[in-house]
Amino acid sequence: MSKLKSIKKTTLVDFATYIGVIIAFIIVNTLKNDGALTRSFTGQLIPICCYVVMAISLNLTVGVLGELSLGHAGFMSVGAFSGIIAAMSLQTVIPSPVLRLIIAIIVGAFFAAIAGVIIGIPVLRLRGDYLAIVTLAFGEIIKEVINCLIVGVDSNGLHVIFNAFGSKSVSDLNLLEGGVMIIKGAQGATGVKAISTFTVGFILIMITLVIVLNLIRSRSGRAIMALRDNRIAAESVGINITKYKLMAFVISSALAGAAGALYGLNFSSLMSSKFNFNTSILILVYVVLGGLGNIWGSIISAVILTILPEALRGFEDYRMLIYAIVLILVMLATNSPQIKNLVEKIIPRRKKGEEADEEAA
Amino acid sequence: MVFLSYLISGISLGSVYAMIALGYTMVYGIAKMLNFAHGDVIMVGGYVSLIAMTSWGLPVWAAVVVAMVACTVLGVVIEGLAYRPLRSAPSLAVLITAIGVSYFLQNSAQLIFSPNPKSYPVIINGSLSLFGGKLTISYISLVTFLVCVIIMIALTLFTSRSKMGKAMRAVSEDKGAAQLMGINVNRTISMTFAIGSALAAVAGVFLCSSYTTLMPTTGSMPGIKAFTAAVFGGIGSIPGAFLGGLLLGIIEAMAKAYISTNISNAIVFAVLIVVLLVRPAGLLGKYVPEKV
Repeated sequence: MSKLKSIKKTTLVDFATYIGVIIAFIIVNTLKNDGALTRSFTGQLIPICCYVVMAISLNLTVGVLGELSLGHAGFMSVGAFSGIIAAMSLQTVIPSPVLRLIIAIIVGAFFAAIAGVIIGIPVLRLRGDYLAIVTLAFGEIIKEVINCLIVGVDSNGLHVIFNAFGSKSVSDLNLLEGGVMIIKGAQGATGVKAISTFTVGFILIMITLVIVLNLIRSRSGRAIMALRDNRIAAESVGINITKYKLMAFVISSALAGAAGALYGLNFSSLMSSKFNFNTSILILVYVVLGGLGNIWGSIISAVILTILPEALRGFEDYRMLIYAIVLILVMLATNSPQIKNLVEKIIPRRKKGEEADEEAA
Repeated sequence: MVFLSYLISGISLGSVYAMIALGYTMVYGIAKMLNFAHGDVIMVGGYVSLIAMTSWGLPVWAAVVVAMVACTVLGVVIEGLAYRPLRSAPSLAVLITAIGVSYFLQNSAQLIFSPNPKSYPVIINGSLSLFGGKLTISYISLVTFLVCVIIMIALTLFTSRSKMGKAMRAVSEDKGAAQLMGINVNRTISMTFAIGSALAAVAGVFLCSSYTTLMPTTGSMPGIKAFTAAVFGGIGSIPGAFLGGLLLGIIEAMAKAYISTNISNAIVFAVLIVVLLVRPAGLLGKYVPEKV
């Protein structure tokens, strides 16, 4: 016990996060193999993994770096479509679906990271709500640009048309015989072979956790958090603002791209309108409800809020209404000073207990 | 001539954006919050005016008044129930609450009016023919633009001359100091929401009339665009919101006409990014240097 106490509290929390995720995976995987889970829930498992990774990565931008991003789904979109293109064009070269999935995830992360650099360098000079609006604009631009892409692959390699004027069609690709269409403009990607698996999703979550938690606890992470807490003070002690901001932003977008590739390869068809403003907002909701900068909070809220609308399916038309009301009530309950005071009056011991803990430590 | 007619349709679209952006910018300037539910108030205004016109048989001007009253009440109620308890909370918490309100309004509308689009009547028919019929300007475009200009001038006068307007500017500058000077901060912010929502109702009528359809999600994209317009012009500035809205509408119309309809939104947003990089506070926004 004394040995446990000598370990830092943050290390313990990180440890608990890893172990919690592993235990949750083992339980769910056993239940899944036993067939104890309903069909709709099994179908939700991979999207849940994607949303967890998205929430952790957005938490890096919003919670740790302290910059509001409203276009996180844009990076997911870049990752999803580049991942799909990679997986589809390697179909004949690499027969193993797991290997192809891993390559697709890496490719997705790579392209999303490039997008992150392109957006990040000019934009991170802006502050606060202006950064939010530019990331929002980026998400919308990505959506429309992908809507104009026509991509196919044959034995000569990739064929790409940018159909900006709406005049080109699938036949303009001039695919050879045996060629495969990958993205058909506004129809999105169709005929995708769904190769995502729950296990790979779990591994992706673990890798994300290792990257993000180690980053936060490192020297760079402390520099990033110093920027968040007081930019001017951080600058005055010689922290390179652009470098650390860009580092957090690019890592966050690369992870979003990886999650996107996993997401894209879970469905047989995918449209770019899936990754709209509402999806960015959805992920932001996970992060804020889980607690800014709190990684395990993001994981739990992403899981619960993905399951909640499904669990409310019994209420049919009312489920999104209930979701909205729950959202408002939770925000009011956790942030309103009146309600906080009320809770403290009812349960006064909680705060005293925490103080005693701190004194003991 | 063709260019002029595109320009006019751009101005007409831009005037609608500007009306919405004026509401956004007022709320942002005073309450310092991004009210994402603003777009959905527009949609509510659209439905209320549609009911007033078709079911109750009211004339257009009366329907607009009914919609304004309904949206004003809605805006004040939303502010009182959802935003006021969070006055001292972090801005992200308020943002998420605003998103919750937006979902709530959209889904309530879906339950009440069904998700199917309803057709919305063109409120003013006819058009003006110029240069021997080479250029036609529909009356609705003219009216939209005129109404928008009148609203902009009225708001500028209101905030600079009236007592309530001065209180609003004081609150936007420093809430604590304003309170010490005897200004009722809560009432001032409620008033801002009331004005913003009434403007949203007017914008809703013109928006639906130019789209001729109305759905529970009608307000969201124009809401985002108007927010962009407000930032474009310098958020918090009333002439800025007007200018930003008009420019956004013109750029969108021109991009649709001369470049491509498929990527018109992408072009609009790309222009926004470039403008923000050159002028980080927007076109007419004030650059506030930081004090250390």
